[in-house]
Amino acid sequence: MATGEVALSEQQSSPSAQKRIVNDFSIQVATVNGSGSQSANSILLKAIFGMGIPVSGKNLFPSNIAGLPTWYTIRASKNGYVARKQEVDVLVAMNPESAKDDVLALRPGAAVVFEGNLDLPQYRSDVSFYPVPFDKITAAVCPEAKLRKLVRNMVYVGVVAKLIDLDMKAVEAAVRKQFAKKQKAADLNWAAVQAGYDFAAESLTKADPYYLEPMNATAGKIIIDGNTAAGIGCVFAGVTVAAWYPITPSTSVIEAVIDTLKRYRVEEDGKASFAVIQAEDELAAVGMVLGAGWAGARAMTATSGPGISLMAEFSGLGYWAEIPGVIFDVQRTGPSTGMPTRTSQADLLSTAFLSHGDTKHVLLLPGNVKECYELAGASFDLAERLQTPIFVLSDLDLGMNNWMSEPFTYPDKPLDRGKVLTAEDLTKLGGFARYKDVDGDAIGYRTLPGTDHPAAAYFTRGSGHNEKAGYTEKPDDYIQQMERLNKKWETARTLVPKPVIVQDGKSKIGIIAFGTTDPAITESRDQLRLEYGIETDYLRLRAYPFSQEIFDFIASHERIYVAEQNRDAQLATLIKMELKPTDIAKLRNILHYNGLPVDARSLTDQLAKQEGN
Amino acid sequence: MATTTVPPAPKVNRIGLPVLDYRGGKTTLCAGCGHNAISERIIDAMYELGLKPESIMKLSGIGCSSKSPAYFLSRAHSFNSVHGRMPSVATGAMLANKNMLALGVSGDGDTASIGMGQFVHLMRRNLPMIYIIEDNGVYGLTKGQFSATADIGSTLKTGVINDLPPIDTCSLAIQLGATFVGRSFSGDKPQLNAMLKAAFSHKGTVMLDVISPCVTFNDHIGSTKSYKFMQEHDEPINEIGFVPSYEEIDVDYEPGTTIDVRMHDGAQLRLKKLREDYNPTDKVQAVKMLMEAHQNGEVLTGVFYVNPEAPTIIDQLNLVDDALATLPQERTRPGKDVLDKLMAAHM
Repeated sequence: MATGEVALSEQQSSPSAQKRIVNDFSIQVATVNGSGSQSANSILLKAIFGMGIPVSGKNLFPSNIAGLPTWYTIRASKNGYVARKQEVDVLVAMNPESAKDDVLALRPGAAVVFEGNLDLPQYRSDVSFYPVPFDKITAAVCPEAKLRKLVRNMVYVGVVAKLIDLDMKAVEAAVRKQFAKKQKAADLNWAAVQAGYDFAAESLTKADPYYLEPMNATAGKIIIDGNTAAGIGCVFAGVTVAAWYPITPSTSVIEAVIDTLKRYRVEEDGKASFAVIQAEDELAAVGMVLGAGWAGARAMTATSGPGISLMAEFSGLGYWAEIPGVIFDVQRTGPSTGMPTRTSQADLLSTAFLSHGDTKHVLLLPGNVKECYELAGASFDLAERLQTPIFVLSDLDLGMNNWMSEPFTYPDKPLDRGKVLTAEDLTKLGGFARYKDVDGDAIGYRTLPGTDHPAAAYFTRGSGHNEKAGYTEKPDDYIQQMERLNKKWETARTLVPKPVIVQDGKSKIGIIAFGTTDPAITESRDQLRLEYGIETDYLRLRAYPFSQEIFDFIASHERIYVAEQNRDAQLATLIKMELKPTDIAKLRNILHYNGLPVDARSLTDQLAKQEGN
Repeated sequence: MATTTVPPAPKVNRIGLPVLDYRGGKTTLCAGCGHNAISERIIDAMYELGLKPESIMKLSGIGCSSKSPAYFLSRAHSFNSVHGRMPSVATGAMLANKNMLALGVSGDGDTASIGMGQFVHLMRRNLPMIYIIEDNGVYGLTKGQFSATADIGSTLKTGVINDLPPIDTCSLAIQLGATFVGRSFSGDKPQLNAMLKAAFSHKGTVMLDVISPCVTFNDHIGSTKSYKFMQEHDEPINEIGFVPSYEEIDVDYEPGTTIDVRMHDGAQLRLKKLREDYNPTDKVQAVKMLMEAHQNGEVLTGVFYVNPEAPTIIDQLNLVDDALATLPQERTRPGKDVLDKLMAAHM
């Protein structure tokens, strides 16, 4: 086989003289949607993880069941960078449709594993090509023709494993785990991996610089996606009612909730301590959440942008009538007929003020999978403490991709069920006023339907109520309730999760970001320091309303770069609403909104440019 | 001669409560509004059955009808929610506390137009609740537009003629899975009283369409939802007798003339047949009867369909006996061992 001839361009030095690039590169697998490559990609990811090397994976997929191009990128990073890397170093070109474009987009020096009958080497002379007869290898290990489409993907796992020195023991462990309940499938897939490996060992000559070497940076860590993490968080927060309507990319939150509830919340008599309902639409889903929250349950739903829009009316009622509920918004780009499988952080403004009138909502902003778990827990406590809907804004990148994390810790505090009066309380008190600020925190006491006391009941409606929940349209009563809600907002400001601040006290430049922009900022700050000598401080927001630390951070810097994944600088806009004019002038924007997960390079370039570089 | 007058003790029901404890705030609806009569019938039925007001959740959407829960049962929690979306709120509330009785009050606009999406799914789920449509064929609070239950050819006060067919919420409810479906008239005190009492004994969705004339916008000649029209066209298909579970059932009746339905809680619904083709357990026949009545310009009232044992959504979810809302943390937060197991699975 003439591998050597196409393996490396003439200009490049021989592989042995080339500098090895170890544990710092990205692999992109280009396939066709529906071809079953998910298992193979997951095995690659987990085998690298198994070698102790920090790794992240991102699925860039279309809104389609089968047939459209899809890409899976895996990044190994000895520095622990887990943001998307713009550049692809090792391409596995399995999709003839996208192969030419995929190859043309590569940087010089990259490696390409491809189906040998595609004439890809004609397009580039500065990358290494590794042709593989996938069909032939697959047919030899998989006699059953109908399984070949799936098994074929395992062949590239073996080829790549050989080329980059991926530990085959780690690969086998990942294969066995992936097919833990199907011994036959495990054996078949493992045979295909080995066949790929053997082919590469015999027929391919390594010509690119990308290698893996074992590290010890993943011991004790887990790999999980944000939606599963959030679902687990809901269960440990004691969720009892979940109502939902399917929508990408939020569906897997509820799937994780259902899966975990079914396993761990069915009691000894076989009865469920939970109710999950697939609603007729998002309006009904949030209506059920508010009905359940009103009646005292810990209730949640999960949706994405278009569903959030449909929940607008009820969200306002929830704010005014002061009803707890948890709403996950796993953000994606644009409208229903937009790019539903691409990521963004563009629901921030519309969710903060979702509904009509003077409505504003508490938002929690997880920045990693551990926070998806932790803030899911916090959201239920806050919802019941503050008696209001709480929105948890994740995004497709965080929710649907696999991330490394420390294992989650068991909650150390009991559930906070908020201010609820029992029949005994009412007997002692003689009665209560639902919307009266008794404790100075602007949060009233509530009773639940079914409380066995003649004074327990109150009438729930929107804004036209007085302290005793009586109907009123009197201006003074309205103002009193409006002001109390505003005071409650100030209480929320003190209760929501604080920002995470990295500050050395010397830098004049501060960066503010939230959510999945975090890993890109972490990497970008290193790039700015190493490449431009720019030192930056960093504040990662975890909630709205903003706590005092945010204003202090802005006040203590000369320039503030607000980095976010939307076009209109929504976070910067939200911050400016509460800033003094002198501080407003400090704010600059760094934006990323092409639907792909944000990468460090894009942020570095924008910031450096605005700093005059 | 000096006399001492001892005020008579207020009359109380079987749980010792006077009727006053079932009343609500003063109505703000128009004098003569059918909705007020329905509120009175709800008060009567609950008082007479001796149901505890605290055992009820009142739920409503938006409209004149949906305001009415403020005018009865002040001792019951109430939620005046969003236009056309009360079914979802009721569903959530019942999931949170299945041991309550849910009483929903809606209108023809709130149900048959903006609320149709949630209405049909409520029926499908057979959620345990009583869903009353206070049906007057017009939007009152927005001053008299036709609703989707207005009959073809009926006129507004302004002379506008309705030329779209009405939605028959009863036949729709039967088709979709409601398990107790009837129609009454706010002016028919005995029928509505008996129907409401039976409704409280039913375990699934009760859908009652109660024609309730709007004296301000739809009580004129040309309206098919006026008091006069109903007095002339009301065709009861049965006489409803109801014997609650705590009373002895009287067995003295003429065979073949009545149908007895044993309710889930042991009460008895006795339906005296006024039509030959009437069988309250046959869905197909019930819908046929309703469609024929439409063709003949009749307004049938009575219990059209009842299935006392059909599983409800609460049955299907196989919930624990206690209300989910107040389960203690020990039953809702799994232990640390569970989290450890989940973490190990992701290592």
